[in-house]
This record gives sequence, C-alpha cells and structure tokens, in this order.
Amino acid sequence: MSGTRYSMPGPDISLIDELLLEHIDDGSRVIDLGCGDGRLLERLQSERGCRVLGVELGEAEVTAVIGRGLPVIRGDLDQGLGDIPTDSFDTAVLSQTLQQVQRPTTVLREMLRVAHRALVVVPNFGHWRVRLKVIQQGRAPVTDSLPYEWYDTPNLHVCSMHDIRDLVEQLGLRIIREVPIIGGRPVEHAWWANLRANSALYVLERAVGRA
Amino acid sequence: MRPGGLVAVSRCGGCRGREELLWLTACTVGRVGGSVVESMAIEVTTTGPSGDGSVGLVERHTLKLFSSAVPLVLAGGGRLDEVTVAYETYGTLSPQRDNAIFVCHALTGDSHAAGRHDSESDKTGWWDNFIGPGKGLDTDRYFVICANVLGGCQGTTGPGDLRDGSNGPWGLEFPFITVDDMVTVHAALIDHLGIQQLLAVIGGSLGGMQVLEWAARFPDTIRSAIVLASGAKLSARGIAFNAIGRRAILVDPNFHDGDYYSHEESPRFGLALARMVAHVTYLSEASIEMKFGRRLQDGDRYAYDLARETEFQVESYLHHQGKRFVERFDANSYLYLTRAMDYFDLAATYESLPAALGNTDARFLVVSYSTDWLFPTSQSREMVSAMVEAERDVTMVEFESPYGHDAFLIEHEQLVGVVAPFLERTLGANRRPS
Repeated sequence: MSGTRYSMPGPDISLIDELLLEHIDDGSRVIDLGCGDGRLLERLQSERGCRVLGVELGEAEVTAVIGRGLPVIRGDLDQGLGDIPTDSFDTAVLSQTLQQVQRPTTVLREMLRVAHRALVVVPNFGHWRVRLKVIQQGRAPVTDSLPYEWYDTPNLHVCSMHDIRDLVEQLGLRIIREVPIIGGRPVEHAWWANLRANSALYVLERAVGRA
Repeated sequence: MRPGGLVAVSRCGGCRGREELLWLTACTVGRVGGSVVESMAIEVTTTGPSGDGSVGLVERHTLKLFSSAVPLVLAGGGRLDEVTVAYETYGTLSPQRDNAIFVCHALTGDSHAAGRHDSESDKTGWWDNFIGPGKGLDTDRYFVICANVLGGCQGTTGPGDLRDGSNGPWGLEFPFITVDDMVTVHAALIDHLGIQQLLAVIGGSLGGMQVLEWAARFPDTIRSAIVLASGAKLSARGIAFNAIGRRAILVDPNFHDGDYYSHEESPRFGLALARMVAHVTYLSEASIEMKFGRRLQDGDRYAYDLARETEFQVESYLHHQGKRFVERFDANSYLYLTRAMDYFDLAATYESLPAALGNTDARFLVVSYSTDWLFPTSQSREMVSAMVEAERDVTMVEFESPYGHDAFLIEHEQLVGVVAPFLERTLGANRRPS
C-alpha cells in the first residue's frame, strides 16, 4: 500500500486548500476523500464549523488525522464508499486524487451519491509544458507540477481539462464551476486554460432529474 | 514442539512483539504450561514485548450493588435483589474525575485485566500487554477500571453463586440476562465510584457489544466508545457456534440440569468441548496453518491408532485449551453468557442502528481485523454506516492481521497506534478545569 497514493504533496497545496475552502459553506457537512494528514479537515472544522469526515488509505496519514482529533475512515476509494450512506454530506472533496485512483468514474459517481456537491481538483496534463516535453523529447513528461517519472508515479491516469469535461458529461453530471489554476493562482474564465493551467478545480453536481 | 513452526511464524512479524508473542503461543502447544497468549482467554503473556511497565501488584475489589428495595430489574423480566461486582482499577483518578476508562471484557474474560495478583506468580491480567504505564491504556495518565460481567463466574454474581436467601447456588434458576443487564450493572458500579462520565469505554467481541450498548443506553455517561472486533449483533454463524457449545454442555451426563455444584463431577467434558469449538472460531485459516499446519505432536509418523486423540498439534492445542478452560470457568455461566451474546441485536432493540447510536455525543473508534470471520469487517462497516447516518464522530480502521478474531488481544502495537492518539485528543478536547 502506498502512503502517498491519495495525498500528493505539491507546491500548490496551500493554495488549493484556500480555493477549496472558498467553495465550502460554513457549518456544512464535508467528506474529504484522500484527506492525507487531515490538514484541510482541521481548518474546515476549526475555522468554518463544518462537520467533517476523512477517508484515507495510508496508515501513517490515518494516524495523523486521529492525532488531530478528527474522524477518519481508513479505506480504499477504489472499493467505493459503501459505508457512507447516500446524501449524508453536503460536499465531497477530492483533491489531486482522481488521476490516482483505478476507477475515476466510480469515484466520481460515489462522490455525488454521498454528497450533493463534489469539489474535484485535477492536474492538467494538457498544460503546454507537458505537451512541449512530449513533442521535444519524445518522452513521458516530467515537469515541476508533475514531477514523476513514468515508471514511478502515483498518477494512473493522464487527462486534460477537455478530457475531464467529456467525462463529466458522459457521467451525466453538471459542471457548476471550473477554476483553472495558472501559475499558482486561480483564474476563472482564463483564455487558453487547457494550455495554461497546471491544474483545475471543478465544482460538480448531479444533473437535474438524475438521482 | 518441532522447530518448523517457528520459521513460518517469524517471517510475518512486522513488529518486534509479534514474533515473541507467537513464540510463546507456539510453546504452549501440547503439554507445556506457563505463560501464554491464549485466545480469548485470561491468562496472557507475562513479559510484555513492548518493554513498557506493568501496573504491578493489583487487588480485586468487590462491591454489593442494588437491594431488595431497589432491585436490578432485568431486561428479560427477572430481577436480582443484590448483585456483587468484582472489579479492579489501575492508575489514578484525576481530581477532575475526567480520565476514567472502563474496559469491557469478552466472553470468558474477567476483572483481572492487568498486573499480577501475586508477586510469586508470573500470571498477569488478560490485557496486560495493553494496559500499564506507557502502554495503550496508559495508567500514568488514565484511570482504568475493569469489572467481571453479570452472569460470569469470576466474582460478579452469576449462576454459580448462592441464591438469595437459600443455601444452594442458582444453577439454571438464575434469571436470564442480556448485554443490556451487564451494562446496567457496570454503569451502577461507575456511579458508585463517583464517576459521572467516562473518558472511554473500550472492549472487544462481547466487550465491544457492551460498549455499543453503553453508548445506546447511557449516552451522556461516555465521551468516547472504542469497539474492537465486534458487531451490533451476533451473526447467524456466531449463534450456530454458540449453539454447538451449549449443546455440548447440556448433553454432558454430569450436567444434572445445571445443578451439578453438589456433585463431585462438573460437566467438564462438555465445557471443554464448547471451548474447543469456540476456539476454532477465534483463529483464522492463516493463523491455524501458521501455528500448526499438519504437524504432528510427537514424531513424524502416523500412529494408526484411533485412541490417540492428540496426534496432530492442532488437536493437542485444542485439548489443552479445553482442559485449561474448565479449571477456571463455570458451565452455567457459559450457557448464560453465550445466550446473552446471541440475543444482542442493537438495531432490533432500538428500532434502528442510527437510532441506537445517535443519542450520544461520544466519539466512536471502530476497529476490525482482516481475517476475523466471527466478527468480519462488514459488521464494523454496518456500524460505521449507522454512525455516519446519525452524524456522529466516527473513526474506523481495519487492520491487516493473520490472527483472526484473536487479533485484538494479540496485535497491541497496531492498536496502540490508533487508540493512544484517539484517547489523548478526546481527553484534550474535554479536559475539565481542575
């Protein structure tokens, strides 16, 4: 089992946490999938009065969450969220994790089963640097924001912002908001986002009329 | 003991302690007495591999609760005018009385959870590797209480005790008891000790059932509930194995309808058989293979002799466990306690699990073990689901372990890793001003 699988440390982490916090209502119920050491959950609980729950696979991370005095379930997202009743949360968070699970579609569906709204942050493999590396060197890309060799990466899936949009549509979900993160800053309605964004936040909900 | 068993065992030790524990366990196969990690039993390791301290010499206390004026009214309709409770305590109660932890023992446990009764003996309490200074339940910080259950045979009132106002023991005239009643008695004990709220109630197996019942019946008296290798009900398979155990006792010619106390012989063959059957349910396929495999007890050839009942090591081990068990346990208690376990069904009693567990502000910690087939992880998940639905604070961990149901008594290092920070934060969040 890999301790880093669901919690990829990266330079943008505090920025992404801030961005996520902006999209979560005070006092709401939040489940963080792949919650790592629980730093976001802690802020949600202490600063925003949220009722929180983490799900995490890594043993050390789970211990860290318990050490923060927060509730956590040790589990593998690929096994689904069978223990979590339908609609038991307002928001499900999945930060920098979708590309690391084996079955992203299952995870997305499960998120919007247990919560009304999903916040998903995904790295953008459509970024121009990634493309350039591929074209110039003819090799699997390694960049600052995607610093892994192909044979030693937690990222099982390679997707761009376009790909995410397609998948979301295919699953019958709605994108309520899309926030590209460019050069360490969230830039809404950015030009050429799929070329410029290192990652992006998606706010998803179930399509109207669908369970 | 042939050396082959040890090799297979030692490779799986992720932690220091496991090898040593297993070695001790392996040594008990067959005739060897001495210190043991015994499945669901009360005689456990003498030398804690963690190297941490012991609570030292301890004493069993007894207390009389209830009276004819204020009797214990039982869930099954019966009543007991007076109940004696045997209990032990370790550590010191804080001036604020906010550091008390109640330990609920499993089916055949007792109040002697840690330390020794006798400086000459190396026999320690059944959870000595988990309770003590610097251990999982750190007695430098917490005040730990453990009491024998109602219906038991280790000091608390049970079918082997003298009936109120008569000269003979209760036998099967003892009223029917439930997990609910066990908890009622223990809650009365806590009250008597002047503790209004427990920092935690913790227990595995039948002990875990008591923890859940406690959360449901006395929601305001606990700050956290730690449920290990347990479930909100006993499965059909669990009931089935209990039924076999009881049948073995009931058909023993020495049972005499439960009135065997005045006879020279007790139904020890039936009780030993019950223990043997139960013991198999505490082991996993992996652990039974690891411990015994097909190894023979003596030599390496079959004897071709049906009279040799302990030819395989696993046979010898089970016989040994059965024999040891009858020395310390009462057959009637076994009948009553297994029946209480069968009847336990929290959802049925409280209409639903979320209804049962939703009234307490206690934090829950639920632990299961990957190879436990008596209380499989699915049963823990069912509880967790209900706790999430009831919007309770719940943490759940399934540990990988080869030891089956027994893992909660063996894998203390894993357990410490989650229980210690959980308790620390629970205490920190609720610390009362002194």
